Order: sequence, then C-alpha cells, then structure tokens
Amino acid sequence: MSARNYLTEDTRLRSWFFTTDHKRVAILYFAGITFFFFIGGAAATLIRLELLTPQGDLVTSDVYNRLFTLHGVIMVWFFLIPSIPNTLGNFVVPLMIGARDLAFPRLNLTSWYLFMIGGLITLYAVFVGGIDTGWTFYTPFSTMYSNGHVVVAVVGVFIAGFSSILTGLNFIVTIHRMRAPGLTWHRLPLFLWSLYATSVILVLATPVLAMTLLLLGLERFFGVGIFDPKIGGDPLLFQHLFWFYSHPAVYIMILPGMGIVSELIACFSRKAVFGYKFVAWASLSIAAFGFFVWGHHMFVSGQSVFAGLVFSFMSFVVAVPSAIKVFNWTATMHKGWIRFDAPMLYALGFLGLFTIGGLTGLFLACLAYDVYVTDTYFVVAHFHYIMVGGAVTAYFGGLHYWWPKITGRLYPEYWARAAAILIFFGFNMTFFPQFILGTLGMPRRYHVYPADLQVWNVLSSAGASVLAVAYALPLFYLGWSLFFGAKAPTNPWGATGLEWQTPSPPPVHNFAVTPKVIRDPYTYRPDGTEQPQNA
Amino acid sequence: MPEPAPAFQYATLSQQHGAARLGMWTFLATEVLFFGGVLLAYVVYRYGYPSAFAEAARHTHIAIGAANTAILLTSSFLVAWGVEAAKQGFGRFAALLLWSAAASGLLFMALKGYEYRLELSESLFPDDGFAITGSVAGGARLFFVFYFIATALHALHVAIGIVVLAAIGARARGGAYSAAYYAPLTVAGLYWHFVDMVWIFLFALIYLPGRA
Amino acid sequence: MDAPVRWIPYWSPSATGYAAHVDTLFVGLLTCSVLVTALLFYLLFRFAFEYRAGRAADRDHRIKKSWHWEISWTAATLLVFLALFVWSARLYLQAADMPANAVTVYVVAKQWMWKVQHAGGQREINELHVPLGQTIRLLMTSQDVIHSFFIPAFRIKHDVLPGTYQSLWFKPQRAGVFNLFCAEYCGTDHSRMLGRVVVLDAPRFQEWLTQQAPSETLAAEGERLFRANGCSGCHGAGGTVRAPALEGLYGRPVPLQDGSVVTADDRYIRDSILRPRSQIVAGYAPVMPPFEGRLSEDDLLRIVAYIKSIAGETRQPQ
Repeated sequence: MSARNYLTEDTRLRSWFFTTDHKRVAILYFAGITFFFFIGGAAATLIRLELLTPQGDLVTSDVYNRLFTLHGVIMVWFFLIPSIPNTLGNFVVPLMIGARDLAFPRLNLTSWYLFMIGGLITLYAVFVGGIDTGWTFYTPFSTMYSNGHVVVAVVGVFIAGFSSILTGLNFIVTIHRMRAPGLTWHRLPLFLWSLYATSVILVLATPVLAMTLLLLGLERFFGVGIFDPKIGGDPLLFQHLFWFYSHPAVYIMILPGMGIVSELIACFSRKAVFGYKFVAWASLSIAAFGFFVWGHHMFVSGQSVFAGLVFSFMSFVVAVPSAIKVFNWTATMHKGWIRFDAPMLYALGFLGLFTIGGLTGLFLACLAYDVYVTDTYFVVAHFHYIMVGGAVTAYFGGLHYWWPKITGRLYPEYWARAAAILIFFGFNMTFFPQFILGTLGMPRRYHVYPADLQVWNVLSSAGASVLAVAYALPLFYLGWSLFFGAKAPTNPWGATGLEWQTPSPPPVHNFAVTPKVIRDPYTYRPDGTEQPQNA
Repeated sequence: MPEPAPAFQYATLSQQHGAARLGMWTFLATEVLFFGGVLLAYVVYRYGYPSAFAEAARHTHIAIGAANTAILLTSSFLVAWGVEAAKQGFGRFAALLLWSAAASGLLFMALKGYEYRLELSESLFPDDGFAITGSVAGGARLFFVFYFIATALHALHVAIGIVVLAAIGARARGGAYSAAYYAPLTVAGLYWHFVDMVWIFLFALIYLPGRA
Repeated sequence: MDAPVRWIPYWSPSATGYAAHVDTLFVGLLTCSVLVTALLFYLLFRFAFEYRAGRAADRDHRIKKSWHWEISWTAATLLVFLALFVWSARLYLQAADMPANAVTVYVVAKQWMWKVQHAGGQREINELHVPLGQTIRLLMTSQDVIHSFFIPAFRIKHDVLPGTYQSLWFKPQRAGVFNLFCAEYCGTDHSRMLGRVVVLDAPRFQEWLTQQAPSETLAAEGERLFRANGCSGCHGAGGTVRAPALEGLYGRPVPLQDGSVVTADDRYIRDSILRPRSQIVAGYAPVMPPFEGRLSEDDLLRIVAYIKSIAGETRQPQ
C-alpha cells in the first residue's frame, strides 16, 4: 500500500493550491463547503434559539432578518449547490468513466477559485453589516428599501454562479467525450446520469440568475428603475427571472442526491437498479420539466389565473419522474441481499425523508392549498425535507460510501451508523413540527410570533439541537479515521463501478491502464458477489 | 511538421478537439440564456409600453448602428476565411485576416463609444435628468436601461473577442495550426460568430422599432 | 352553513365556506399521502427484513423485464395527480371568480402597517371590521414594497404589490376575531405587521359603523380630490376640453384608440389617472397630463371610489 497516490505524490502546500487533479480539486471543495456548512449551520442554530420564545428577545429583528438571509444565501449557493457535484462528483466522475481527469482540469481549478472568491465576498457583506433581504432578494425591497449590503452579496453570488457554470460545462463535455471504451450511455452508472442532468441545469439556468442579479445590482447601484413600479417597471418580472433559475436550482440540489441513492441501493442490495433506463431518463425529464414550473412560487403574487393553472399542472407533471424513482428504488430491494452499512442507512433515510418532502410538494402544487400555506412554515418544512432530508442525507451517504476511495482509510462503522440514525431522528424532530406550524398559519421569516404556536417551535428547536450534534459527529470520527482508520482495500464494498477497480486512494492519473468496459453497471449474482464493469 | 501530442487527459487529438468544440457550444448555450434574461425584460416592457419604446428607439443613432452591423458582419467573414486559411497552412495570411477582424472589432468599439458620448450629451442616460418626458417617459427610460445594459454587455464580449482573435492570429502567424491541429481556431471562430449574432438581434431590437 | 373542521387534532378552525372546502382538500391530500407513505414504508421494511444479507430467502425468479411495472405505476401516479390538479384548480378558480354582490373595502399596505378604508369613510389601522355573511372584496395596493395579506382562518392570501391593484374576496361565516398576517417578507418589522379581522353580526356592525362617525364618505372625499386636482375641469359636466365622461364608466367596456376594448375596472382607472397616454380612449386627443407621483395611494383609492360611485349615473345633457 505504499504505492504513490494522488495524496502523497507531492505534499507541498502550493501543489494543492495549483493542482489540476480533479481529486485534489474535490478535496479543496470539501474544505470549502464544510467551512460554509458550519457558518450556515451556526446561523440556523441562532434562528432556532431565537424562536424558542415568541417575543423575539435574543436578537433584534434586524439581526434576525440578517441571520435567516445569511443562512439561506450561504446554504443554497455555497453549500447545497456545490455540495455533491463539486466534491463527490468531481472526485468520482473521471474514475467512474475510466478517464484520467475531467476534460478541462484547469477550468476545474478556476471554478474552485471563483467559488471561494464569491463565498468570501458574500461573507464580507455579512461582516460589514449583513444583508436583510432574504435569499430571494425580492424587488423593490432589495433595490430601494433594504438597508443591507445587497450589492456586495449579489456580486459574491454572481461570481459563484460562474463557478457553477464552469463545473456544469466540464461535466457535460467529460461525460460526452471521455468515457472509457465500451462504456455506452446505457452502461453509465446512474450517478453520472443524474450529474449530467444537473449539469444541463447548471449551464442553462445559472446564466439567467447571473443576468437577474446583474440587473438587480445595477438597479440598486444606479437607480435606473428596471424593476421600479414608479416608472412603470415590474417587480414581478424580477420574481419570474429569479425563479426561472431558482426552481431548477432545487433540482441541481436533489438530482445528484438521487444519483447517489441509486448507487447505494444497488450496491448494498447487491442487485441491479430496477428499471435502470427509467431511472436514468427520469433524471433528464426532471431537468427538462423543471424549467417550466417556476411560476408555482408565485401563485399568490398576482400572476394571471391562467399562468397559475399551467404552472400547477406542470408541477404535478415534474413530480411523476421523482415518484417513478422512489418506486424503482424500493423495487430494487426486492429479492436483494441487503446489507445495512452506514451508506445504506443514509440511503434508506433519504427514501423516507424524500418521500415525505415529495408528498408535501404535492400539497404545494395544489393551487388552492398552496394559496393557504405558501410563505408559511409548511413551505419551510417542505423544502428542508427535500434539500436537507434529501440532498444532505444523500451527500453524507455518498461521503461514507466513497470515503475509503478518497482517503484510503475505513471509517468506524458503528459511529457512522449511530450518526446516520441520529440524523434521521433529529431531522424529523426539527422539521416535522414545522409542517404543523405551517398548517396553523405561521408565516415564515417571522421574528416574533403568536404565543399559542410556541410549543411547536420549542419542539423544533429541541430537534435542532439533536440535529446539530448529529451533523457534528462525522466531523470527529471521519477526522479520526484519517489518521487511525484501517487501510482501505481497493474495493471495500464489493461494488461493480470502475472507481473500485483502481487502488484506494487512486494514483495521480487514476488508472494504470485505461479500463475496457464489457458489461452493464450493478451486475451482481444472486449470491451477492459482484461482476465489475470491466472484468 | 509533427502532430502535437494531446493533453494528458485525452487519448487522441481528435478526442481533444471534440471536447473543445463541445465545450464552446455548451458555453454558447450558457451565453444564449444569459442574454436571454435581458431580452426577456425587453420583450415584457416593449409589450407593455409599445409607443414609449417606439418613441425611444427613434432617439437612437441608426446610422452608427447600421455601420456597426456592417463592420461586425464583415469581421465574421474575415474570421471564417482566416480559420480556413490557417487550416490549410497559410499562417501569415491567416494572421492578416484574423488581425483585420480584430481591428474591425476595435472600430466597432470606437463607434460604439462615440455613440455613447452622443447619447450622454443628449441626456438619454436613464437617470433623473432623462431627456424624454411626458407620459412616455417611464417606458422610454426602461428602453434606455435595456439599451445601455445590453450594448455594454455585448461590448464586453467584443472586447474579449478582440483579445482572443489577436492572440490566435499571432499563433497562426507562428505556424501553430495545421489541418491536423486547429481546435483553438474553430472555438475562437464560434465565439466571434456568436458575438456577431447577438449584435444582429440587438440591432433589430434597438434601432428598428418606430422606424417602419 | 359549512361547519368548520374541528375533528382534526391541532387544526385551526376555518371561518368561511371557502376555507371549509380548502380543509376538505387538505384532508384528501393527507389521506393520499398517508396511504402512499404507509405502502412504501411497509414494502421497505418488509424487503429490508426478508432479504437481509445472510437470511435464507427465495431470491430466484427476479423480475427481469420491468417495463409493465413502470408503465402501470407511472400511469397510476399520473391519474392521481390529475385528479388532485382538477380538484384544487376548481377551488382556485372559485376563489379567483369575484362574486357580483361584493362590498369593496380599500387596503393600503406600507412598512409596517395595514391601512383600511371603508366606503362610508371609516378608517382603521391594522384592523378590519366586516359584517357576518356579507361578501367582502378587498382592493389592495402597497405604498412601498411587496406585502401579502393573509388571514389563516379564511385560508386566503394574496400579495399586495406597489404600483397596481390586487383584489381578494371572502365571505365570513363565523363571527369572531381572526389573525391577519403579512406573509411576504417586507423588512425589519415584517413579523410585527399584524392585524385583526373582526367579524361582527349585522346589528353590531351597524353599531360599529356609526360609532366611527366619519365626516364624509370615501366617494365624497374622492369627489373633493377630483375637483382639487383639476380633473373636473375637463371630465366634469361643464368641461372646457373634450374629455370622456366618467359617469357610468365603471365596469363598462371602453373602446381604445388602438382598436382594442378594455373593461373599466379599478386597475384601468388607476392606470389611466397615472399614465393616461398608455390607453387612449378612441376618438379623444391624448392631452391629459400624467399624475404619476402626484397622488398618494390613499388619495388615488378615494378618487377611484368616487368614479365607482357614479357608475349608475348618466351625464346630464348640456
């Protein structure tokens, strides 16, 4: 095991900051998003602390508004969107397709620098006084009335947007052009299908966000009036442009998670994913339909009744492929040889939480019900079930699954299982009461709230403390395993993907010889033994 | 001349070319959506304030706009010719063509700058001292918001293109490209044609309303 | 009368017939969700138990061809979704369809309060008194940023935008005091932009109206503004410039110069005052100056109320 690998090849610090190795860039991203995750998490902790009492006595309203804005901006753009694609995706895409690197390695590093610069600029906005607009930057509040540092924050997010675009572009080209011989589209592991669909969204939706933020910044800076109702500008135009990006952005967060879950369920059920082609194409149809549902964020905004009907209908349509995936994952377990290692526990947790998140999404797609619960805690609970219960749980599942490959060490299994279970319960305790708060009519972004809603808020905050501990646990035992974990074999899970056919951790250019793919992914025999894709 | 080796991550040079071309097309897709955002704003407001947009468009300088259109179209032709020439090994001639295209870009920028100066002196910048008054004032201001944002963004793209063409021209002169290796040329050419096409749309949207 | 749903634990009771329908929709959605979740969790647990590694189980005859499963569950999902869509859309259309006999109440939102004006001239801040059983139509606008008018007990909500009128209606079926929230984030005191909706039975409401003792009705105030701003100089009976008569205008179709026809509703009247040249009435010269920035939202609503009040009149021949 003393062979030289990507970690030991060159250990000087500058070799990290000027690396073009996709595996090292992935590690840089790990460091970046973990940093931002804990900043966003600290804001969430303060929010939940504040909501323990209905009076709003911990911080002032201005500080509270800055806290939830910080939480939203950081978590959406600097944790969730880059989380799976830029870390796990960056690491395993070339490995899974049998390539030596991404198509454009230098672009990949550029993307990380843009991400960090954007993130630090946004943090700067926080330290010089904060942003009080909410992560949605609605006009005319953000352009004319806000007393926060909107322009600085917008510049930060704008720059990070280019990082997203470059990553999406890199993945699209890599998956199209760099696949190993024999690796046809319908032999691609499902994680790659989902990342491909994600990349399409990154490339097509992010530029619209960039333009929207540019208009917003110019409006606020020069007062040109493009969204100003006083000269005939339309504040709703901003919402349309914003959600044209930000709804597909939800799929940027959840699609990679779905891809990971496909990998995990197949590997730990020792069975090919049921309905592989349906799951694969469901990813692309989610990406495609996802572009035509943005108006469901605006059912009460004053858009036309007809638009409301169309967007409601499309929202039901886009939910179909997600439902198909859930059914297929469940069916995959049928007649499997199921093991319950930590990654599988995360995958099962994902299934439960994503199902609840998805079903409550139907409540919100229903026009008449959405009118009632939109902008309440029902929405808050729903999207946390999707983005945290779904995407973040899948991220942790994937992190544990590929940890031996990435670090060359095994993590302590019992600690990992304990954390997975604790996250599941802590999460439900935190966010399920918020559904009830929403159906009782508690609006979101409320610093003070009616006293009769306190019991649910206290429950939610209590759950948040469990969740905070659960999310901190992996930091410790994964950190411990870096130094004291057992050395990982090449294929600790007995999985079929190409990434498991090269040593852990992989050598600098991934494969000594470019692999030749001869069979479908997830080929397991009924007794649970695997048949790698290339042998 | 020996064929250059592909970069380490590619198996063959043609794989590398394919990746570069697909990368540029993907990038252009991003660009289309980027300009799409501001074009959508234009369409919404033009639909809302048709007479104000017509009135405002009559304040633009169509002679400069038309000249700039001709200049950019010519430059695109020069780029296409230059790419072909470089592929066939006429490096010095290709450099001449590409540099002429870059010079056309500079001429475009100079005219555009002159046009901005005229407009600023006519108080057409959309702030409180805006020249067009009356009940079309709001809509006309929105038109000029669009005008300045869209043309400035386009000019930024032209500026990048000029630098790229100049650099590619220099490398062509040094004989860097051949029938076997010309991906950077194709990619730069694609980009320049895209910038040209954006201008054609902008020309129609900015200078033509109200002049039928 | 629809009884409020009380048998769901932790449910906040509804106070209008429409709200009761929304609650039924909620119960329907909840039932579907519980069934689907139960089925899914049952299968997950069963498979997890039956096919756990090391347990002897029949793993032969695995399903190889999946397409008929896929088609069936896709079709089933789609059908259920369609049914839910139709159900909720019908209810939404019902809410969007303004009843004819509604009484209009005017709402202006600003950071961070609700200003309410009744047709009789009564004014309230952060309170809205309405009579039981009467359909109320709110005509709402904002003076600054976007707010959202939300009454949980009525299950309704609508954003209140600057620069345009939005309307919302409800018909309270239960007397009482209900929460009014601002549901669209609007700045520092967003969470303190609260109010109460007080539903009174008819005699008590009359009592309340008279207690307020306004000096004049909203329309009368509007008429005063109509003269003070010089509108009557042209649109009045003895106008010196040829301008369209406003008597009997409200609610009627208006032919425009560009050949189109619009209905003279509140939004049209508002836009025509602020930006008269955007919609020129056929046969008139575009000579009216824009009033953009010269009238407050409150005054504008009073003038609209005045023009509405003369909807039943006709111009006396000169």
